[in-house]
Amino acid sequence: MPHMTDERVRARLTREEDLSLLKEVSIKTAGVSHLEMCIQCGTCGGSCPSAMDMEHTPRMLFAMLRAGMRDEVLRSNTPWLCVSCYHCVVRCPQEVHIADVMYTLKGMAIEAKLYSDSTAPDFSQTFVDMVETYGRSFEFGLASRHYLKHFPLRLPGMAPMGLGMITKGRMSMTPKRIKHMDQLKAILERAGQLEMTS
Amino acid sequence: MNKYILYPGCSMESSAKAYMESMNTILEPLDLRFEEIDDWNCCGATEYLGINLIPAYALIARNLALASKQMNGTRTVVAPCSACYLNLAKADYYMQERPSFGEKVNEALEAGGLSYVPGTLDVRHLIDVLVHDVGLDAIRNAVVRPLKGLKIAPYMGCMLPRPDYQHRWTDHEHPTELDDLLRALGADVIDYPLTTECCGGHMTQIGPETAFELIRRLVADADERHADLMVTVCPMCQMNIDAYQNEMNRHFGTDYHMPILFFTQLMGLAFGRKPEELGIGTELVSSRNALANIGVEVPVTQEPAAPRKKDEGLPMPRRWVKNEGKEAVK
Repeated sequence: MPHMTDERVRARLTREEDLSLLKEVSIKTAGVSHLEMCIQCGTCGGSCPSAMDMEHTPRMLFAMLRAGMRDEVLRSNTPWLCVSCYHCVVRCPQEVHIADVMYTLKGMAIEAKLYSDSTAPDFSQTFVDMVETYGRSFEFGLASRHYLKHFPLRLPGMAPMGLGMITKGRMSMTPKRIKHMDQLKAILERAGQLEMTS
Repeated sequence: MNKYILYPGCSMESSAKAYMESMNTILEPLDLRFEEIDDWNCCGATEYLGINLIPAYALIARNLALASKQMNGTRTVVAPCSACYLNLAKADYYMQERPSFGEKVNEALEAGGLSYVPGTLDVRHLIDVLVHDVGLDAIRNAVVRPLKGLKIAPYMGCMLPRPDYQHRWTDHEHPTELDDLLRALGADVIDYPLTTECCGGHMTQIGPETAFELIRRLVADADERHADLMVTVCPMCQMNIDAYQNEMNRHFGTDYHMPILFFTQLMGLAFGRKPEELGIGTELVSSRNALANIGVEVPVTQEPAAPRKKDEGLPMPRRWVKNEGKEAVK
């Protein structure tokens, strides 16, 4: 529960500060994250529409980062519940790029294989696979693959919606492919190498 | 004739086809010409960013690089989808904010023979161009059938007014531009305080219970304020509120029927176009009754097979209720 974690954070903070985790997350975030500037005011959690389902509010998570609690942070469901609505971002008095920090933490959690529920990472990965194959998103392939794997019991209930989308011409069953897929692949491959060396 | 470079985005060709069709009908009356980026690719939505940083931004920046090669007479890229708009704007902004990051993205682009100088383009959302460049007077002048009597909840969504790197909107949380535009069409715009609350985004796919609650709030509030329909500027918002409304109703045992249309569909109607030219009727929560109030007749399209009415028949497991009999998660 939040209260317990608070005490653990406090216990850690009495030791000599190790800000390496905080710095790592900050440097891996696009733009200038301002993560180090967090003043623990809690405006982020209070603004968050999915905070009720989060194990830690963003404020708590940032305290944990400062305390160097790597495993606990990367196991948290918080980044995966972020809906990228940017309420916290525009309200943050320190201009922390909160939503982008959440993206960074997702990537780190996938890499560390610490997040137990694979639904969200799998969805992202399936999406990425589609884009890397076609250069475009492919809703039908994405939705059917994702539902078969993670929500097979919801499929019958979803059938009328899927059928509706298809009969109304809103879902194509064949993917579209860009012309210069080879160019995109070369760019992404080089980008992947740059990611590893950074 | 005002020229712009268009980044349509994947949804405009599939689930949000109606948005594309209706957008195309308003260009001529407003003296606009959109030229599509040649061979554009997906912006990565909210998914790619959570996997890898440099590939995600290289994917977005390929579009910026291609667009910058197409700049004859304009440097403005228009994106009708809020998620695409934000990704493009964000890549441009962060490449400037942290030049070392921009260099890395460019190093990746080089592998494909491309490059992009951040700040070259001006990335804007469709409604931004319509309200700020075309202007409300020009829009008002193009109206031949005012939408008088149609009560609309204006739903702006999140990714358009926030983070708003270029400070284009009157407010991050209660912007009034969509209201103004709909009023220019003659519609009755209701007060809708949730206008920039989240539709659930990708949570309909990965955590449906979280998304259903967000959808319920939006729909319930529009319903309580007696809106005939909601109006959106984003394909993802439209998809979540339209296509998942039935599932949301089933989840909560509610019976809401709140149609949601793209703002361009209403512009098209006000400009005198027929509903079928604007993709009206392709929404899953039908707007037929709402539009009948103002004398617009939506042709009947083939409805999908109705779901089974009652949970009778074969014994089925009881509906799962969140947190019931479950210990609180640590």
